[in-house]
Amino acid sequence: MSLLSLSGVTCRFGGITALNNLSLDLPAGAITGVIGPNGAGKTTLFNCITGAYRPSEGEIRLRGESLLGMPPHRIARRGIARTFQNIRLFPSMTVWEHLMVVQRGGGLRAALAPLGLSGPAPRHRAEQALERFGLAPFRDRLATTLPYGVMRRVELARALTAEPALLLLDEPVAGMNHEEAAGVASLLQGLVADGLTLLLIEHDMGFVEQLCQRVHVLDFGTLIASGTPAEIRRNPAVIDAYLGVEA
Amino acid sequence: MLLQQLVNGLTLGAVYTLVALGFSLVMGVLGILNLAVAELFMLGGYVGLTLMLDGQPLLVGLGAAALFTGLLGVVVERVAYQPLRHAPPIAPLLSTLGFSVIFQTVATNVWGSDPLLLPPELMDARYQLGSVSVGQAQLVVMATAVGLVVGLALVMRHTRFGTGLRAIAENRDVARLLGVPAPLVTSGAFALSGAMAGVAGVLIGLHYGALTPFVGVEVGLKAIAVMVVGGTTSIWGVLLAGPLLGVLEVMTVAFGGAAFRDMTVYGLMILTLLLRPQGLLGRAGGAQRV
Repeated sequence: MSLLSLSGVTCRFGGITALNNLSLDLPAGAITGVIGPNGAGKTTLFNCITGAYRPSEGEIRLRGESLLGMPPHRIARRGIARTFQNIRLFPSMTVWEHLMVVQRGGGLRAALAPLGLSGPAPRHRAEQALERFGLAPFRDRLATTLPYGVMRRVELARALTAEPALLLLDEPVAGMNHEEAAGVASLLQGLVADGLTLLLIEHDMGFVEQLCQRVHVLDFGTLIASGTPAEIRRNPAVIDAYLGVEA
Repeated sequence: MLLQQLVNGLTLGAVYTLVALGFSLVMGVLGILNLAVAELFMLGGYVGLTLMLDGQPLLVGLGAAALFTGLLGVVVERVAYQPLRHAPPIAPLLSTLGFSVIFQTVATNVWGSDPLLLPPELMDARYQLGSVSVGQAQLVVMATAVGLVVGLALVMRHTRFGTGLRAIAENRDVARLLGVPAPLVTSGAFALSGAMAGVAGVLIGLHYGALTPFVGVEVGLKAIAVMVVGGTTSIWGVLLAGPLLGVLEVMTVAFGGAAFRDMTVYGLMILTLLLRPQGLLGRAGGAQRV
């Protein structure tokens, strides 16, 4: 059963085709990887899914419901969250406030209710995220003053506070050492065990092999290969375009 | 004498602070100067004072003014800002300027260009505190302003609307990805901004005992100077600059002469732009968005 399906998605900017007739399905409860050289359209793919860009052609469906033309905040409330390659936190907010920004329920009443009185759910979710990501000691610190690895965890915690069905991760271990990356890997595996579906952009092929059940390879906006990590390793087109010949 | 002038200056400063917060709510979120705020300030004054002259209590006057100018604030957003949100910032600036001219014209036609005078017996009680005499109206002005500022701070920090608004101000795209309904929150910012200005209009009428359709230009625009001196990115800066400029103005009139009154206020604004462009309490490096 696929959670998200893209069919024939094309995204053009002026004369540039950033995504070309892309079709793929994300199976629920799995980790799917997207790899490809810089400028292959990986981040554009994320932007189309989250509603930041509107594809020129094609269809994107979440659980069968079309997301095209839906504003980003509504898509987010349908259950899609993402993190960024370059961390994007709010400079004037504490770690706790980052988690409280996340909004699920709607309506004017909910908007005006004091955070403490808007029901235990949001605070409870935020408390859980603090625990899970080891952020409790940093709760009232300004998020952008924290060490890099902690900021990454804040971003991840913020995305998960929305309790999404699908989480898009844009290079979650960029700039991390081996140990930190291994920590993130086991964290992500724990999330998937809890039923989350992940779509992961990553350059670290070892990380991709360790985590992903399925990998899609993009080159110049076109899907050139799909398969298990082992199949991708052997695929001549992929070796040509991206992985290079192994010494 | 000095102490008395200080009280008078703080009263005026309280009004400046409210209007400046009205400007900075929209400025902080969208980076545009909503010039219509100055005239919403004037219109709020007329609506509230007209009701009070009709015998309605103060709270009804303040509430009606807030409601009226809050709704008009949303109208301004829908007509003057929404359709132009992808245009260069000068476009919404000019369209809100258009709105302010229209508001002023409408007010002149409805209420006339002669000052609306409040009967001297309205809030004429005076309280003697040592050598300082404080009028009932002054107390009302200051208490209302303090109450609204505290209320605004609580809303910004402790409601979904407030945290959503702050998130949008910092990064609109990321805020939307977190489920913050940006269009709704933006309309809310315009409504709140208009309501703050409208209440301030009632207060200035009570303080002066009179109102003219030109009070938006005379007083409302000074709030822009307050916002610039305080720093457009800092609510705390506005809270410091409002009273400061109010006192500065009153002192200038008392000890320097009325002719220099506006010169010191706007002079300080220019000096701020030249010497400390981020404002008194603005974040260093965060240049002001005017």
